[in-house]
Amino acid sequence: MKFTLSWLKDHLETDAPLSEIVERLTSIGLEVEHVDDKSSLKPFVIAKVLTAVQHPDADRLRVLTVDTGNGKPPVQVVCGAPNARAGLIGAFAAPGAYVPGIDVTLTVGKIRGVESHGMMCSERELQLSDEHNGIIDLPEDAPVGTSFAAYAHLDDPLIEINLTPNRPDATSVYGIARDLAASGLGTLKSDPIEAIAGKGETPVKVTIEAPELCLGFALRLVRGVKNGPSPKWLQQRLIAIGLRPISALVDITNYVTFDRGRPLHVFDARKVAGNLVVRHARDGEKVLALDGREYTLTPDMCVIADDNGVESIAGIMGGEHSGCDEHTSDVLIESALWDPITTARTGRTLSIITDARYRFERGVDPEFMVPGIELATKLVLDLCGGTPAQTEVVGYAGHTPKMVRFPLAEVKRLTGIEVPGATSLDILSRLGFKPEGSGDVVNVAVPSWRPDVDGKADLVEEVMRIHGVDNIVSQPLGAHDAVNGRILTTLQIRTRTAKRALGVRGMMEAVTWSFIPAKHAELFGGGQTALKLANPIAADMSDMRPSLLPGLIAAAQRNADRGIGDVALFEVSGTYEGDGADQQRRVAAGVRRGTAKLEGSGRNWAGNSGPVGVFDAKADAIAALEACGAPVDRLQIEPRGPAWYHPGRSGTIKLGPKTVLGTFGEFHPKTLEGLDASGPLCGFEVFVDAVPEPKAKPTKTKPKLELSAFQGVKRDFAFVVDKSVEAGTLVRAALAADKKLISGVSVFDIFEGASLGEGKKSIAIEVSIQPLERTLTDEDFEALARRVVENVGKQTGGVLRG
Amino acid sequence: MPDVTELVTRPGMARCPTERVFAVNANAGNLEALEASLLADIASAADEASIEAVRLAALGKKGSISEVLKTLGAMSAEERQVKGPAINGLKNRITEALAARKAELKDVAITARLAAEKVDVTLPVRQSPAERGRIHPISQVIDEIAAIFGDLGFAIAEGPDIESDHYNFTALNFPEGHPAREMHDTFFFQPDDKGERKLLRTHTSPVQIRTMEKQKPPIRIVIPGKTYRQDSDATHSPMFHQVEGLVIDKSANVANMKWVLEEFCKAFFEVPSVKMRFRPSFFPFTEPSLEVDIQCDRSRPGEVRFGEGSDWMEILGCGMVHPNVLRHGGLDPDEYQGFAWGMGIDRIAMLKYGMPDLRAFFDADVRWLSHYGFRPLDMPTLFGGLSP
Repeated sequence: MKFTLSWLKDHLETDAPLSEIVERLTSIGLEVEHVDDKSSLKPFVIAKVLTAVQHPDADRLRVLTVDTGNGKPPVQVVCGAPNARAGLIGAFAAPGAYVPGIDVTLTVGKIRGVESHGMMCSERELQLSDEHNGIIDLPEDAPVGTSFAAYAHLDDPLIEINLTPNRPDATSVYGIARDLAASGLGTLKSDPIEAIAGKGETPVKVTIEAPELCLGFALRLVRGVKNGPSPKWLQQRLIAIGLRPISALVDITNYVTFDRGRPLHVFDARKVAGNLVVRHARDGEKVLALDGREYTLTPDMCVIADDNGVESIAGIMGGEHSGCDEHTSDVLIESALWDPITTARTGRTLSIITDARYRFERGVDPEFMVPGIELATKLVLDLCGGTPAQTEVVGYAGHTPKMVRFPLAEVKRLTGIEVPGATSLDILSRLGFKPEGSGDVVNVAVPSWRPDVDGKADLVEEVMRIHGVDNIVSQPLGAHDAVNGRILTTLQIRTRTAKRALGVRGMMEAVTWSFIPAKHAELFGGGQTALKLANPIAADMSDMRPSLLPGLIAAAQRNADRGIGDVALFEVSGTYEGDGADQQRRVAAGVRRGTAKLEGSGRNWAGNSGPVGVFDAKADAIAALEACGAPVDRLQIEPRGPAWYHPGRSGTIKLGPKTVLGTFGEFHPKTLEGLDASGPLCGFEVFVDAVPEPKAKPTKTKPKLELSAFQGVKRDFAFVVDKSVEAGTLVRAALAADKKLISGVSVFDIFEGASLGEGKKSIAIEVSIQPLERTLTDEDFEALARRVVENVGKQTGGVLRG
Repeated sequence: MPDVTELVTRPGMARCPTERVFAVNANAGNLEALEASLLADIASAADEASIEAVRLAALGKKGSISEVLKTLGAMSAEERQVKGPAINGLKNRITEALAARKAELKDVAITARLAAEKVDVTLPVRQSPAERGRIHPISQVIDEIAAIFGDLGFAIAEGPDIESDHYNFTALNFPEGHPAREMHDTFFFQPDDKGERKLLRTHTSPVQIRTMEKQKPPIRIVIPGKTYRQDSDATHSPMFHQVEGLVIDKSANVANMKWVLEEFCKAFFEVPSVKMRFRPSFFPFTEPSLEVDIQCDRSRPGEVRFGEGSDWMEILGCGMVHPNVLRHGGLDPDEYQGFAWGMGIDRIAMLKYGMPDLRAFFDADVRWLSHYGFRPLDMPTLFGGLSP
């Protein structure tokens, strides 16, 4: 919402300076977004160049004598502008004037030996535009000696308000003046709009066939108008707020729209065939609107039609066919009440943004429908002449004010400020509310221009914003007994810990888009319809991700394309299995590319890092799970991850037969091809939300530490097994050989070779034995070794390597 | 008794000078000669093996000194009295000389070994993974927020990204068709069989309702999370992060809200005091509604300082929870009241740490992450300092 200071002062009697008005507007909730104040142009006067001669010592300079008016003697000015010539009338700055465009305060100076007593300015020097090809060249009739700013209408500051959608009353200069006056910054000028008597009925009748879309319609014919350009004052106001003057009749509707927040429409009465009907549009009905575009309508839209068809899209834009032009002699003025929701929806569907729609969808003052048409009539008569007929009003049932029960203590209850009841009531009255009754609870009638006010909280806001929010003194929030036992949930704690755990493994946390290309989603088991955006911001951001991996792989590849191929990235965030609230998973995922290993990447004098692979991903996955509190010693590692992984170099981490806690591995070449990525690449996903909640324990005491007094011993075994035997099985078998004495088994060598026979491999393990009750004898060790060999043999078919 | 001058050389040990075996005649002159000879052998021993050979030749079972010692037994008491100390003195001196030379040789050997083991310690070592890793500024700032509000007695709440129209709009008092809905530039999904159209939440406020539905007041929660709007430029991203706060009890008012927000801003920006300007505004889910500007100094290019200067910067929106929102959450607005606020996590992260472009947050450029990210062990706490 834009307006100028002088326009505001049409309605507000105030001596307050611009700065105070601006500050007050913001403090009462009408946030000033921008002020265009050209008051710095005050010193510039219109001056005429009398003579212009070549500078004796400079080819590109001229010496001017300039008449600055007011009977003062002409002054000498040195000027470099190519258009400086005798007879030119322009903007002159005297010594002492500050020229904003060059940030200089002028003094009398010598330019190449010739004194210069001021400056003829370009538009850029006055910060009016970027124009700097020459000095300002005004028409011959520009009054020499008067203020340039006044002449150019730059002396009226422009104020732009960022209006919140709840304030239709402030879509008018009058409404803004009313708010300022209520806040104590001046007096609202009482400006009653008188009804203008018409001669005879308006011959065009209006039928409202869709009363749910049109809550009232006023129409008036004015015959014999002359529709030329509107007067200068009106044009200037419209230009100042960025509107283009068109013709007196159209300009009047725009003026009333901004002055009073009352959009109007004018029809050329001679182009209207028969009577007007307000109805739903017919499906596929077309209308050529005033913006020169043809719109195809649907039945949920509201139109004004005559015998020819649609003449106007109700509340949004008139039709080209019945629009007014310079030949219009009889004009029909329309002032109607359109349903806000229909107006908003129609405007959105048709993508038409107009000042009328802006107001109707917020809700115009119903009680101003008729005064609005009277005001417009007066302006038409003043500017275009003519004879008015009587105003026809159809469908308007009148306005019954909303009543709000208002306990005065509500102000203190909600805001904490002590405002005397009388002050609250006074504020409300100044805003046009009508409090009735007395005592602690009053009934307040809401003015017709405040559709946003529904309840007592709204009244508290009115009192608070006018009383001043600066008056609110902060008060500590009371102590919080039993508000919440925990600050973070288990999932939140695990999310946080997982991030830090992956961070200390040298990985960097990425935050990638929740929506990814459909092709990427499909590669990772997603792409279902329920997770496709109907209106993605870009075609490649269309599907909610089923996995964090495609985003991370793409991110790693982007880094590689920038020349950094060794990257380790992770993300702990949401993936989507469906659109239900419980179908969003919490996943920790990571990828490593190139040689970005845990210990470092690239070449090093102490040993180069090799390409990343499945075991790097496995270690990351287990570290993440461990950080999430998963029982790492009970995890089962099964070969093969989902289809997007390398089938022989990936795995699935399970807890029990059903709970999948994660997957890891190198990627299938087709996955990488689909993502336009290249390896070496490995990655993992860990389902943070699948890790079971820790069991509630009655104590935090840790179990007693049992330390054996006897020395631990290590024994090595090498088994020859079939190639298909998994090391994990063998390790489990060795461990199970004696659950008491064997405290650990590690694999220290894997060997495959012809000497072992076709399809065989050797797995070498180190078994840690911890005697608990006594030192073991050789016989004990032999017996234990036999059990290990037997159990491994039974479980894997393995035999001791000879 | 062999003559003392007779010198016998044992076969096989000829190369060793200590193999000379002296005749066991303990004349003073002979002892002196023996001592001089042994001391010379000790001095010339070049390694531990040679010194051991000298020791054996002198003090071994058949060593020269041992042999001389054996002669004591055959001596008369008087003679023993004279010769005994001389021979024992010899033995002790040789023993000491052997030990001294042995220690000397050991030192030489260690020094030589150490010299051979010298490396170039200026060779660089690999950086610790914990130093290489980074936490994204969004996560870090969420942790900072949690640390501050946790201290004020707030719990952290979360909710799903994919929401229904009810939770995102209707229950939050966005009337159907109201322009405020349009301002949210919502991402929608295709309507399902029942015609219901899910959406990506445009703010974290749906969690207000979800919390009220399952928890009776008093409620004090902070809700960080991802939010989505169809908007993209240097300060708008189609995906961004918000944090929202909600307090509901029987007395929480605007003055309390002002205090909470002031405390938060001081703690978050880590300044002793901060000036805030509250302006009346509008949000469908609060009434009264306010926007908050924070005092700052932007006179230095690329840097914002809070708690000083003459600029105002909009930082958050807030207000008293709208009675309709309380009703939608199943609460009686005449019994319960409270306030809520919301702000952009990305935005306050940018303000505090100076990242110029929001879009870079989601690009995963490791150069950016390395520069603007945080070390994983720098965990924000109030007692340990919020930021490193």
